[in-house]
Amino acid sequence: MKKTFAMVLAVVMVIGMLAGCGSSTQTAAPAQAATTQTAPAAEAAPAAENAEAAPAAEANMTFKLGSSGPLTGPAAIYGISVMNGIQIAVDEINAMGGLQFEFQSQDDEADSGDKAINAYNTLLDWGMQVMAGTVTSGSGITVAAQAYQDRVFMLTPSGSSVDLIADKDNAFQVCFTDPNQGIASADYISQNFAGAKVAVIYRNDDAYSQGIRDTFVTEAKEKSVEVVYEGTFTEATQTDFSVQLTAAQAAGADLLFLPIYYTPASVILNQANQMGYAPVVFGVDGMDGILTLENFDTSLAEGVMLLTPFAADADDEKTQAFVAEYQKRFGETPNQFAADGYDAAYILKAALEAAGCTGDMSAEEICEAVIAVMPTISVDGITGLSMTWGANGEVSKAPKAVIIQNGVYVSP
Amino acid sequence: MKNLSSSSKKARADYFTYAGVTIAFIVITLLRNAGSLNRSQQGLLVPICCYIVMAVSLNLTVGILGELSLGHAGFMSVGAFSGITAAMSLANIIPSTALRLAIAMVVGAVCAAIVGFLVGIPVLRLRGDYLAIVTLAFGEILKELITCLIVGYDSNGLHVIFNVNGSKTASDLNLLEGGRIIIKGAQGATGTQTIASFTAGFILIMITLLIVQNLVRSRTGRAIMAIRDNRIAAESVGINITKYKMIAFVTSAALAGAAGALFGLNYSNLTAAKFDFNTSILVLVFVVLGGLGNIWGSIIATVVLYILPEALRGFATYRMLIYAIVLILVMLTTNSPQMKLLLQKLLPKRKEEEING
Repeated sequence: MKKTFAMVLAVVMVIGMLAGCGSSTQTAAPAQAATTQTAPAAEAAPAAENAEAAPAAEANMTFKLGSSGPLTGPAAIYGISVMNGIQIAVDEINAMGGLQFEFQSQDDEADSGDKAINAYNTLLDWGMQVMAGTVTSGSGITVAAQAYQDRVFMLTPSGSSVDLIADKDNAFQVCFTDPNQGIASADYISQNFAGAKVAVIYRNDDAYSQGIRDTFVTEAKEKSVEVVYEGTFTEATQTDFSVQLTAAQAAGADLLFLPIYYTPASVILNQANQMGYAPVVFGVDGMDGILTLENFDTSLAEGVMLLTPFAADADDEKTQAFVAEYQKRFGETPNQFAADGYDAAYILKAALEAAGCTGDMSAEEICEAVIAVMPTISVDGITGLSMTWGANGEVSKAPKAVIIQNGVYVSP
Repeated sequence: MKNLSSSSKKARADYFTYAGVTIAFIVITLLRNAGSLNRSQQGLLVPICCYIVMAVSLNLTVGILGELSLGHAGFMSVGAFSGITAAMSLANIIPSTALRLAIAMVVGAVCAAIVGFLVGIPVLRLRGDYLAIVTLAFGEILKELITCLIVGYDSNGLHVIFNVNGSKTASDLNLLEGGRIIIKGAQGATGTQTIASFTAGFILIMITLLIVQNLVRSRTGRAIMAIRDNRIAAESVGINITKYKMIAFVTSAALAGAAGALFGLNYSNLTAAKFDFNTSILVLVFVVLGGLGNIWGSIIATVVLYILPEALRGFATYRMLIYAIVLILVMLTTNSPQMKLLLQKLLPKRKEEEING
């Protein structure tokens, strides 16, 4: 028994050592290792292309669509949702005939530095022609700057930072920018909750949360909405909010504005409930998804208001078809990220068709052609009807305020 | 007693390291010019250079000085953000990107050295686990402090706000027309002009090797290693423990700062959250896998372990799982006695060095 184990171990070690030697004895190790590893992927891609290109031989209308987002790590839920949404849209588009997409997603771990660029470079090596990424703002800013130099068109489904599209003609957004959400929230509160005392709890090491808070506070001042308390937290301290909630209660706040994601928001709702503190809770699009959070008592979310472009229970045909398909494939209700991804693929389809692009054009050619048509197209999606874009890359669509009643979103 | 005969051997090993790195640089540059490197491979070059410098400099603290530091990424972030600030502020004055990059790396190294000295004063009074925990805490403190930093530049010079309670924004800098914001607190440094290059990375590695290897073989280095091997004996022969510990710690921090500046100037967006505990641990893994005190090993381990997750992209979402399994297997095999025995049989020449090293 022991002997066999030792033998097996020895074999494993020899293999391990040979592998180790193979890549370490040569000084050109980085180049060699990388080349051999990327080979299988490179082989797989043309094979798939040939299979699809065969029927539509006369005009090549197959585009390589790439997207990068966090598929592993703590932010993976957003990345996977977006990729699922894009995948559904791509399958639908391919079934329609005409313009075809080949889709590949790469993991960037929501990193703003090297991992984001690595994922982007991998997509370009694969032959990406248009990008439906990135998922997060941090990696988006890095990738957008690189894509601007490389002339690759990118449409981010959910990267909401202004810095992502600032000074770059090739970057467009599907979702609202952070400032727009802050302004829209302040306007809504000033109209519907006149005289409310507002407390803001936001995450100050997160560009998304900080960005919304900055414009919200500025706009609130102009609209004379009284902000009585501002509490901050960071990634490391998002499990306990008793300090912030006690301070907000002591300051007499009767409306809690939470420009944060739903996971910390669920903790806040839970703790406020335990304290017997019941302010009106107002969230932004990051709050979307709170009803599908595991082990969360959805009765706590009763009466929560949020601004979101997408409601899974909307009664239009498109949303219902998408939600049904998503539930069938992935067994859960899609959130706003999935809807953003779904719309992104359709927007790219509309833009590519409007620009008259063909599949044999290079990424640079497509980029220039699509930039020219983006301000002229209007797309009806599930995150907004007749979405249009400014040349600066910002989307124009109406934000919707919804309120949670009996576990579903309803319009107030 | 064997030191005399092995000192020339060690010097030879040093030259092999220089030669190896130089050959690797030349080969990769040739491949690059020939167009046989694809985009993702080219994109890996600069971060690999940065992480090699990080690993070699951490090896100075962990391997040579023998103190476990878990806050090395903190020094990298100090270097990165000070380097970015320097490079962006000097953009109009110094048009040459190479010169600006060099200045940024020097500024990064100096700032990190100052921070390293300040951190070192309390930290180096501690030993073992206590020191490890305090360095970890300092790494987190540095990250939080940089998250509070808002920096802008206009014709009046640098404007810095320390945004402790989170209520200030970049507009509070009151920049003049034509000024630009360099660091925006939590959002990090955005819109950085990317001026880092592979050549600069290679030069930085060579400088790092020159500093670390010469330090190790100098009188100072022997004193540092004496402290590692037996603190009481070292103290009894009159070695100033605090001084030599500080020399090693500050040198290590300065090199990490230079690496950080190069890293920061390779990406147009960088947040302080990037330099968290995980990054410190990542560098520590490179050092431990390469062998404590083994410079050449650190370099190879960094290259292999940095490329590995990229090379595993074919496994899609399972790649980090496979990366972890590979890491465990490599750690187990390289540390098993049978493996060492096998290595000695296969490479009889290395036998002596293994025993000495």
